[in-house]
Amino acid sequence: MAGVIEVTDLRKTYRLGAIDVPVLNGVSLAVEHGEMVSIMGPSGSGKSTLMNIIGCLDAPTSGSYLLEGEEVSRWGDARLAATRNSKIGFVFQTYNLLPRLSALANVELALQYGDRRNARARSLQALESVGLGHRYKHRPLELSGGEQQRVAIARALVKGPAIMLADEPTGALDTRSSAEIMAILQRLNRDEGLTVALVTHEADVARHTRRIVSLRDGLVVGDEPVPEPLQAAGGVPV
Amino acid sequence: MTPFALIGTAWSSIGGNRLRTGLTLLGIIIGVAAVIALMSIGRGAQEDITNRIESLGSNLLYVRPLDGDLTLDDALALVDPVFAPSIVSVAPEVSTGGSVTYRITDAFAQIAGVTPEFAEVRNFEVASGEFISPAHVQNRKNVAVLGSQTAEDLFGERDPVGVDIAISGLRFAVIGVLESKGATAFGNEDSRVLVPLTTAFYRLSGERTSEGDITVSLINVQADGERIDEAQQEAETVLRLRHEITDADDFTVDTQQSVIDALSEATGTLTVFLGAVAGISLVVGGIGIMNIMLVSVTERTREIGIRKALGAKRRDILAQFVTEAVLLSIGGGLLGVGVGVVASRVLDGFSLAGSQLITVFSGDIAALALVVSAAIGLFFGIYPAARAAQLHPIEALRHE
Ligand SMILES: Nc1ncnc2c1ncn2[C@@H]1O[C@H](COP(=O)(O)OP(=O)(O)O)[C@@H](O)[C@H]1O
Ligand SMILES: [Mg+2]
Repeated sequence: MAGVIEVTDLRKTYRLGAIDVPVLNGVSLAVEHGEMVSIMGPSGSGKSTLMNIIGCLDAPTSGSYLLEGEEVSRWGDARLAATRNSKIGFVFQTYNLLPRLSALANVELALQYGDRRNARARSLQALESVGLGHRYKHRPLELSGGEQQRVAIARALVKGPAIMLADEPTGALDTRSSAEIMAILQRLNRDEGLTVALVTHEADVARHTRRIVSLRDGLVVGDEPVPEPLQAAGGVPV
Repeated sequence: MTPFALIGTAWSSIGGNRLRTGLTLLGIIIGVAAVIALMSIGRGAQEDITNRIESLGSNLLYVRPLDGDLTLDDALALVDPVFAPSIVSVAPEVSTGGSVTYRITDAFAQIAGVTPEFAEVRNFEVASGEFISPAHVQNRKNVAVLGSQTAEDLFGERDPVGVDIAISGLRFAVIGVLESKGATAFGNEDSRVLVPLTTAFYRLSGERTSEGDITVSLINVQADGERIDEAQQEAETVLRLRHEITDADDFTVDTQQSVIDALSEATGTLTVFLGAVAGISLVVGGIGIMNIMLVSVTERTREIGIRKALGAKRRDILAQFVTEAVLLSIGGGLLGVGVGVVASRVLDGFSLAGSQLITVFSGDIAALALVVSAAIGLFFGIYPAARAAQLHPIEALRHE
């Protein structure tokens, strides 16, 4: 199997005035097609920073990042944006939906900057696949946290991405909603072969994936397969 | 994004804050309306002056002395079928100072000695009574024709024909009143008192050249139909011969058109000036747009982050905010055109300091105002939009 994500000796240093804050200190990591991997680590260990770089939202200070075999770290804004649009589905802890727009319009937003064909139908279909087809008219504030996160997943899915990245997708959710989210991600990985990488600090959530990468102080300190991944029982109607 | 999607997005975010949008629009509306109203006034003045001058007769030439003298003989020499076939007739004028009084009422008026040709050449009709006749000129009669304003100043509503007035202490009989013409290039044509040329010369003024010739202050020349340029050349040739000119002319021959052109240029400058003054308020409106766009960019930093995370390029964000600014300015521009048109209608015929305001609205003023307001939206929208476009996606997403 070919590597979708290949990160080698990745470093990221923030500069706060005269002080350098090293956040990633040489991370190397490879994720292959169809994998479902979680990244764990204490707060401030650089998980989000790593995810943002993998998601083409941020650039590393040094090191190499190959996405589907192509070196990303020297791309300019337009190419990074196009890649975010077509290859990567990113889910945030805080959903990041536009409050003025309906669920459907929020999903459609992802198609505004790329392939717009059948935007409405595809967006509706993506909402249906997360069990929210009937709530398409509702605005984010009229939906529960779990439902909002499902809209965000639909928005990440609608572009047909190669990888799904999720930064603490269940961090703000109760157990039941978390289970629903994990069930959706597991199904996408199992049935559609989508590569999924998620950040979590909950061991429970991590055990739903098939591999756990541990991060500490900007370094990979552990990389273990999960012997018997849990199956999320969140019964989202499909 | 497609232009359609851009406008849709811009529209929904503009509609998201009605009060603020309304206040921002107001700045542009006032600016555009002011440009249109003031330029209409300028145009009105331009058209008014042109009309008044044209009402004096369109085939007129004016001969005036520069640093020499023009004599009565010069005027008579211009009527010459051989040397000046394009000149139909001439009307020399002698203007003099002096007071005009009826009983104890004084009138401010220009006194001019003229010949009977004056009425035809300058396109004047008498409103009542009669004009100066050849016999009046020949016999140096003390008769006067009053301009309509002078008649009103002296007599009010009464008909002055047949009444005696005093000009510089001499008794004159009023024989007619001229129709009203209004102000022209030569002052107010209605505040005049016309007397026979000979009377003016022998009784009121009496200026002669060193050779003893009668001097005139102006020669009105009527050209034959459209042959104005020919008439001008002929007049110049005749006068140069008579004045034995070798280098610079000591007189000038102006056509009616050149007078109109000169005045149009002056009033055109006035129009542009008025427009520019009003344009300043448009610029202030543009700064209002910039202000609101900067606030909007700050408020919507998170939205910008979300859009970037979903694949919006810098130029997509730039286009989105520029579209919003231009939509605001064009919207304000269109409303401003409406308000401006209404304002210029209302101002038309409005009397201001005794004279009537005339406004002329035309489509090109509206088009100009719209284009300028769109350009202002573009100009003042670019900076906020560029700030939005330059935002880093992660930092924008972290913004509260
Ligand atoms: N823009 C930034 N400027 C300075 N320091 C930052 C910035 N972003 C993150 N950091 C720091 O980098 C460290 C790692 O952050 P992050 O990747 O968000 O950690 P995690 O997601 O593992 O909690 C933290 O100490 C954080 O304060
Ligand atoms: Mg984090």
